[in-house]
Amino acid sequence: MISVSGLLGQTFAILLALLLAPLLSGWVGQCRAWLQSRSAPPLLLPYYMLHKLFHKDVVLANGASSLFRAAPFVIFGCMVLACAIIPSLSTDLPLAPAADALALVGVFGLARIFISLAAMDVGTSFGSLGGRREMLVGFLAEPALLMVIFTLALTAQSTSVATIVETMARRDFVIYPSLAFAGIAFTFVSLAENARVPVDNPATHLELTMIHEAMILEYSGRHLALIEWAASLKMYAYSCLGLALFFPWGIAAGDSFAALVAAIPLLLFKLAIGGFLLAVIETINAKMRIFRAPEFLGTAFLLAVLGLLVRLLLESRV
Amino acid sequence: MTSLLPIDTLLTAACTWLAIGLLGLVAPRNTRFISKTLFPLGALVGVLVGLVALGSLGGPAQTAVLVIGLPDLPFHMRLDNLSAVFALLLGFVSAGISIFAAGYFRKGEGTAPGVLCLEYHVFLASMLLVLLADDAYAFMVAWETMALSSFFLVTTDHRHEEIRRAGFLYLLIAHIGAIAILLSFAVMTGGAGDYSFAGMRSQGLSPFWASAAYLLALAGFGAKAGLVPLHVWLPEAHPAAPSPVSAMMSGVMLKTAIYGLLRVSFDLLHETIWWWGVVALAVGLVTALFGVLYSTVQNDMKRLLAYSSIENIGLIAVGIGLTQIFHAYRMEALAALAMTAVLYHCLAHAGFKSLLFLCTGSVLHATRERSLGKLGGLIHRMPWVAWLALAGVIASAGLPPLSGFVSEWLLLQSFLFSPGLPHPWLNMVVPVAAALVALVAALAGFAMVKFYGIIFLGQMREPGLKDAKDAGPWEKSGLVWLALITLLLGILPSTVISRIDAATRQLLGTGLADKLEQQGWWMLAPISPERASYEPVIFLVTIAVALLLGRWLVRHLYHGRVRRTTAWDCGYYFQGPRAQDTAEGFSQPIRRIFGPMFRMQRHLPTARDTAPYYTVKVEDHFWYWLYLPLAKLVGRVSTLVTILQGGRIAVYLMYSFVTLLVLLLVARP
Repeated sequence: MISVSGLLGQTFAILLALLLAPLLSGWVGQCRAWLQSRSAPPLLLPYYMLHKLFHKDVVLANGASSLFRAAPFVIFGCMVLACAIIPSLSTDLPLAPAADALALVGVFGLARIFISLAAMDVGTSFGSLGGRREMLVGFLAEPALLMVIFTLALTAQSTSVATIVETMARRDFVIYPSLAFAGIAFTFVSLAENARVPVDNPATHLELTMIHEAMILEYSGRHLALIEWAASLKMYAYSCLGLALFFPWGIAAGDSFAALVAAIPLLLFKLAIGGFLLAVIETINAKMRIFRAPEFLGTAFLLAVLGLLVRLLLESRV
Repeated sequence: MTSLLPIDTLLTAACTWLAIGLLGLVAPRNTRFISKTLFPLGALVGVLVGLVALGSLGGPAQTAVLVIGLPDLPFHMRLDNLSAVFALLLGFVSAGISIFAAGYFRKGEGTAPGVLCLEYHVFLASMLLVLLADDAYAFMVAWETMALSSFFLVTTDHRHEEIRRAGFLYLLIAHIGAIAILLSFAVMTGGAGDYSFAGMRSQGLSPFWASAAYLLALAGFGAKAGLVPLHVWLPEAHPAAPSPVSAMMSGVMLKTAIYGLLRVSFDLLHETIWWWGVVALAVGLVTALFGVLYSTVQNDMKRLLAYSSIENIGLIAVGIGLTQIFHAYRMEALAALAMTAVLYHCLAHAGFKSLLFLCTGSVLHATRERSLGKLGGLIHRMPWVAWLALAGVIASAGLPPLSGFVSEWLLLQSFLFSPGLPHPWLNMVVPVAAALVALVAALAGFAMVKFYGIIFLGQMREPGLKDAKDAGPWEKSGLVWLALITLLLGILPSTVISRIDAATRQLLGTGLADKLEQQGWWMLAPISPERASYEPVIFLVTIAVALLLGRWLVRHLYHGRVRRTTAWDCGYYFQGPRAQDTAEGFSQPIRRIFGPMFRMQRHLPTARDTAPYYTVKVEDHFWYWLYLPLAKLVGRVSTLVTILQGGRIAVYLMYSFVTLLVLLLVARP
């Protein structure tokens, strides 16, 4: 049942997510700069950005409706919920039963629908283009993500993220082929979902190639700040999900305070490595044309289904 | 005096609907009387039907015998839990639609309002009787009445040729379906001549005849529900019909077909063979994928929704197939899970699809425009309709925390626990099916964003849209009612499931309610909380708290200043409504990725065109693969038959004489 320490741990996990997410974005930006022999921006750049944006006035387009103004808050709320149910430090999360892995995919879907609708709201050419492309990436990535989750859920006999993580942590370290397929598929999906190279380029200045940036062109001030924050929360959520599913070591199973504290440095370490690898992927790849994205994500989908079949056929007794 | 049984109340309600319809004929041109008195009265009866059905759930089956019918063959009526679930759906959803209709039907639109009122209420009553019928004869009479009354409703605006054509197509396929159903009933009587459902239940059919009956029922009810390849009437009839009628047909009538299929396959035929489930699963998957792909490329808002209905019916058929597979292997707990997903999706789809169809009705009235390419920006002029439609859109996209997600979640859960089927081949196929269901769900989101974004968001694509008015109070109440249903089905799944569980228990012998009642009302965990759980209320509250807290903090720590100016759009100069995506443009990625699925005719302008234009026409392959060749064949056969038609009376008399002779010879006792 819900304990006080569980609640504290839950609150702490949410606060940590809110705090760490921009740092992760900053870290990835810094690694990218190093790898590309540029002088690196400060690590805390995303915080400065958020601070600046919150101070600025909101400049709304004339045609913006109430949905346009509500969307950033909804998206932010969705991402907070996602971060709340993904075990980062401990699997003892009172909010975890509220949404299992399938509902987690639903949360991301809800946020995606809102950001696409908001992009179409002002009625500019780039906005609707971005919204359409985001939905394109979405409908390709979502089934692949679901299949990855199915593979893991079959292993754990559960769709609850916490239970899956606990099962994964308790297993001996053997490379299961199904997990390898699922892991590659998950990486592909995360790149696409977080608007990263090779599907999208977060640093692009060419409007015609944009996806995520095209959708938020009309946003400014606090709305933009919330969307940027939500985007970094999404990256944090995906990173934590990937780490929890495929590298679950060090996540505290109970609600003991010592285990929680011990989990923090390990999480930071894993996130730092993950961020660095993301920067490497982004550096050695080029952004592909938008119509190569279906092939990329189709591969992810096929790999995930393959993982599922391998799990069913070869590993059914494991 | 004994207390009034629920079944008597329901039969009285059906009679009241008929009476309301007949009252419409008293003053067929008095729009005010009909729309402001009769339709709300019909809605009231609908609420009553819903409440009575809700109250009767879980109770024992009740029967009644009506005095009408053929000599020695009176109408048998029976109210059991399965009927009650669908009567519940019919009552509550039709109440919302009737209230909306009170504000919708106006003067001078095709059929006289009084006649429309009669057709509408006969339609309602016949659907209720379909659900209550307990013999094949009563069932077929009610079924045909339902088909005919809805045919007349579809052709309300019969002055347009394409509407007459749509009506004809609908009637044709409805009758092909009816013949299949009739044959299925005939097979199930097993030659005993007892046409009551009780008689059919007691027949121990051989697997061959049982399969024949099942396949006929699948074809017959599939024609009504819109399973591929008998779906072609749906995208024609829905745009043709007035919006409340489309809502009623899509939301409720399609579900009576699902009811029929469930009744035949789980109640009348007591043995289930595993490959029946595979057939239903395969047909359902094809239907769902086909429906969702075509819905993304439609440019007419009602056609888009019609194809989306096909998709949802496909998902329901997938659930039925899965239930049959589990049931055949005696894995009753999983069968109950899949069956719950089926029933839940019926309820959810009835709510959100009616809501969306009614929203298109409001848009249609406000703008006189059905084509997506001529709409846009209506959220500014019709905020009520826009925000209520958003609820329908989120539910239809299968997203939490609304109703569509719950059934999708249950369906995926039942897929997930399918390994363990004692059949290696099935074990492989079922996960692939799950992957396709996931794809369908994701594509539904694309279609819904297109629907909503093009109609309600962006700039107005036509200058006339500036004069659009929001829905009136009657229409608004109808929409709010259906949005509430969608919301409640979304956030209270456990409560709803423990009510409708009686039907699952009746069909399969086991249900989910026991498991659910161990947990709180807020939690949906059909197996155990460790394995899978979903708490929509907490889900919603968490998002709401994060949202409101975020807003409060931002306002208090910083400021709430807002400036209005023209859109930025990267400094791009031309920002008129033509710069936005069109409906065709929005679905371009789908046409490109899934090109072979469509029959496309495109005209792309070249650089030298002095008057460049762009058109794209997407058509259904099935027309060219199946229906047109079939129509040609029928034409040929009928030309052969015309040889017999000489036009001379003497020849015709000779035909009669010869027929008589042959009959006498053949039918000699």
